[in-house]
Amino acid sequence: MKKLSLIPVLVVGALLIYAADDFPEWGSPTAPASASPLSSHFISNTGVDTEVPNMVTAVLADYRGFDTMFETVVVFIAGMAVLAILKNSSGPNSKKKNFHIETEPDIIVTNTVRLLIPVIQIFAFYVLAHGHVSPGGGFQGGVVMGASFIMIALSWDLEKALARFPMDRCFIVAGLGIVLYGGIGLLSMFLGGEFLDYAELANILPVSREMARYHAMLGVEIGVGLTVTAIMFALYANLATEGRLKGGL
Amino acid sequence: MFEDGTIINELFIERLNYFIYVILLLIGLHGMIAKNNLIKKLIGMSIFQTAIILFYVSVGVKEGATIPIYLPEHDPHGSHASHGDENGTDEAVHGPVVLEAGMVKGYANPLPHVLMLTAIVVGVATLGLALALCLRIYQGYGTIEEDEILAKIERQEMRSKPSIIVKSADSSKSKTSGSDKSVSKPKVSSSTSTKRSKARPKAKAKIASTATKAKTSGAKSVSPKPKPAASKSTTTGTKKSPAKPKTAASKSTSKPKPKSRSKPKAKPPARAKATSTAKKATASKPKPRTPKK
Amino acid sequence: MMENAIAWILIFPLFGSVACALLGMGNKKICYPIAVLSMAGSLWGGIETLRQVIASEVHTVSYIFGGWTLDKYPRGVGIEFHADILGILITLVVLGVGFIVAIYSKLPVQDETPNKEPLFYTLFLLQITGLAGICLTGDAFNLYVLIEVAALTGYGLIAMGSNRAAAATFNYVILGTIGASLYLLGVGYIYIKTGTLNMVGIQDVIVANGLADSSTMQVAFVLVGIGILIKMAFFPFHAWLPNAYCNAPTVTSSLLAPLVTKVMIYVMIRMVLSVFGVEFSFESTMWVDVMPWLVVVAIICAAVMALAQREIKRMLAYLIVAEVGYMVGGVWIYNYYGLIGSIFHVISDACMTLCLFLGAGLILRKAKTTHFDGLRGLFSKMPLTMTGFFIGGFSIIGLPPTCGFFSKWYLITGGMVSQRWEYMVVLMFSTMVMVVLFFRLIERIHLAVSESGENLGHGHGDLGLAKEQTRFDEGPLSMLIPLLLAATVVLVVGIYNQDIVNLIEIFLSEFNLPKGEGH
Repeated sequence: MKKLSLIPVLVVGALLIYAADDFPEWGSPTAPASASPLSSHFISNTGVDTEVPNMVTAVLADYRGFDTMFETVVVFIAGMAVLAILKNSSGPNSKKKNFHIETEPDIIVTNTVRLLIPVIQIFAFYVLAHGHVSPGGGFQGGVVMGASFIMIALSWDLEKALARFPMDRCFIVAGLGIVLYGGIGLLSMFLGGEFLDYAELANILPVSREMARYHAMLGVEIGVGLTVTAIMFALYANLATEGRLKGGL
Repeated sequence: MFEDGTIINELFIERLNYFIYVILLLIGLHGMIAKNNLIKKLIGMSIFQTAIILFYVSVGVKEGATIPIYLPEHDPHGSHASHGDENGTDEAVHGPVVLEAGMVKGYANPLPHVLMLTAIVVGVATLGLALALCLRIYQGYGTIEEDEILAKIERQEMRSKPSIIVKSADSSKSKTSGSDKSVSKPKVSSSTSTKRSKARPKAKAKIASTATKAKTSGAKSVSPKPKPAASKSTTTGTKKSPAKPKTAASKSTSKPKPKSRSKPKAKPPARAKATSTAKKATASKPKPRTPKK
Repeated sequence: MMENAIAWILIFPLFGSVACALLGMGNKKICYPIAVLSMAGSLWGGIETLRQVIASEVHTVSYIFGGWTLDKYPRGVGIEFHADILGILITLVVLGVGFIVAIYSKLPVQDETPNKEPLFYTLFLLQITGLAGICLTGDAFNLYVLIEVAALTGYGLIAMGSNRAAAATFNYVILGTIGASLYLLGVGYIYIKTGTLNMVGIQDVIVANGLADSSTMQVAFVLVGIGILIKMAFFPFHAWLPNAYCNAPTVTSSLLAPLVTKVMIYVMIRMVLSVFGVEFSFESTMWVDVMPWLVVVAIICAAVMALAQREIKRMLAYLIVAEVGYMVGGVWIYNYYGLIGSIFHVISDACMTLCLFLGAGLILRKAKTTHFDGLRGLFSKMPLTMTGFFIGGFSIIGLPPTCGFFSKWYLITGGMVSQRWEYMVVLMFSTMVMVVLFFRLIERIHLAVSESGENLGHGHGDLGLAKEQTRFDEGPLSMLIPLLLAATVVLVVGIYNQDIVNLIEIFLSEFNLPKGEGH
């Protein structure tokens, strides 16, 4: 069986190597992807259109903001689906293994983590907010924030982390993230533009059209960060305990 | 051998990045298809998606260009915008400017990075969902090796299938089934005991051997029945609880000889019938199996 | 508000799903009304967009999210929703099916997945969002993201059932991820050669730079093709479909079976016609010669496997694989009538598969099994359900005036005109197989005779019960009315098929398709 499966793999490999024949040279500035009007527009006009120095964040949150909204929705779906699969599920094998390892939280670990976690969370906020100017953004900041909650669960136990961030609050926060993102888009639509046309927010905010895009991008990134934080922690809690939220790692 | 134009030069030196990601992609694809353990399949999936991400990122490389974040001199909020240039003249540009073509060449293409941010997140979401599925499968079947799961599913189906057939078939059929079960019982019980003692990877070989044994032992009356049961029907997969009272009810209404059989003994005769049908079922459906391995 | 109708198609289910997730945590019962209302709003948006498409001169509606309009910015800077006639027709099919299934879903969701209603409806509405978005989008990478939205919600919806469903879903996850990732790789190859992701933009660059001979574009075409074929369960990549749809909860299979594979066929038509273009797909590659033979093998194998099944849902799953073969064949025989048939068959197959799966759900609820042996004499107890179910069955066979007849008519015409006799022969053969399938089922349901011909009851279909027990025992109204609605839609689409075909012809007139030497 394993030998038989090598055939489609090798066919795909041959196909891909045949395609590499016609590729442009690696790193060439005249390659179609790098020299296209699309790419040139992004590089030259991001400052004028959105006043955001980080082109990647501008493209992610503004030019292709619709894609990012669905990316956030994908994260939300993952959390919902994991909950749907694991909730109230127990088979004949779920009670057999003893997941709960009875150990006391180690004093060195807990005290170090107690000092580190506020710093990590402030760093997460920094990554989120500074994503306009340096590499960063909603997804990155959200993951760091979610990781800080997972760190509480790992150093003490899951109950302590759940006491700080209960599971139903997780899903409320995740839902609020998407409502924030979609709400900014809807508001732009009600103010006369298309969906997610942030420039229309200049009608209610006392800023120019470009700065309205700048600020709306921050709002949108906050929405993304909320959803990603909540779902990262929810995924960890559900996967580590098979949905029961007791015991676990 | 390494001159320009030969295939080795083309492949390895000029387009090395593409070649490397193709190897990674094939490793991931092979892992997804060929491995038996579900977690190894997921690791293969992760490698596969990583290879695609590497390809996209390599598309965005531009020689001699810096990262796609404006340098301070082009920054729309940067220093050049607030105070003038070093000469002190006040005609410095306030606010952002459109870059001209020469400057554009100095920055890398931002679009592939954006696309891959999305693709990475989608890959993580899929991985999380697939891990939850692995947990659920482990709860239900007690194993995460694919061949063992398939064997368990087959056994569960064969166990539940006679309940439907016994329930709706008329009494003549249950008579023949009862006699057949009594005939094939001693042979099958010995083979099942040997089956349980042997190692697990040999389970399939044992099923095949018991199938041949059950076939020879008066399986003529069994043959009309495997035709309806030849397909892997899983109706009772979701409705196991209604099926169980039905099996009890049907067993109580059939002849006394099948009635005296207790529940654990009901499994081997069902398995005897099932193994002969399983052989037919596996013979009739080789194709859906092969991609799974 | 009206000019944003195309955005409302997606906004309603998106916000509805988040509302279900948030409000459903407090009160489970509020999810069903939210779902039905969101689908109604989305359907309104779809009908409004159809009016706009028909009213515009170029018969398209172009909507760019973020306000990056084409007069000031290059094409492709923003994400475009490009709704032409084909796109909006398939979107309406998606929304209509979603609306009917949403009404149907009240009781089965309560029974099969108790305490999980908020999660179910959240995933349900997001699935509709993903599917509708796939049909409307004009950006190749956005299509990938929406395919993944539809896929992930599908995995969640199927795996909510039993453990057996979870095992089937895992196989679906592996195959589905291979498919979507190959599509993504193909888009990457397109991007490396053309530099843009907008579908119209890609077509322009291919024509302008003459990329038809480029090996990269040929391989990109193959990768995109294989990825989409895996996701639409084209034989031999269909291994995930029977297990996944059989073991799924009732509402899940009623939603996914009519829609997911048909939307992927739309994606194939879109890639072949609009992105790569007719000259590239049909004349520069060799697939025009190879694909019809693969289609022949696919239809024969699927029809034969459907014949071997003894359980309704599994038989219907193999029928879906056969129907996918019809539609793929209709595209690849490279003929005007074949494409009309293929597009019309997408619409009609969605309706008739919906009808059949809704009926199967009702049968499961009342007869507690969908195995053939448990269905004897069911007609006398549930005549309305069986009528609806068999209208769907007649449509699959292709009897007038159901829509299946007209779509088969166009497909056969296309096969005849382009002189693809193999495709025509296999269509006739599979029609015979389906006749056998459904009439065998009709006989079993209508009469109460056992396999050996012995009459089980005291007469015509009463299972041997006493007279007063054989009165009508139909399913609940909330499930029966959607089934009858679906059956009515099958008949209406058949009767008004000429209007729909006229619209499709308007869409196809801008492509240069051979019409054959007359028929």
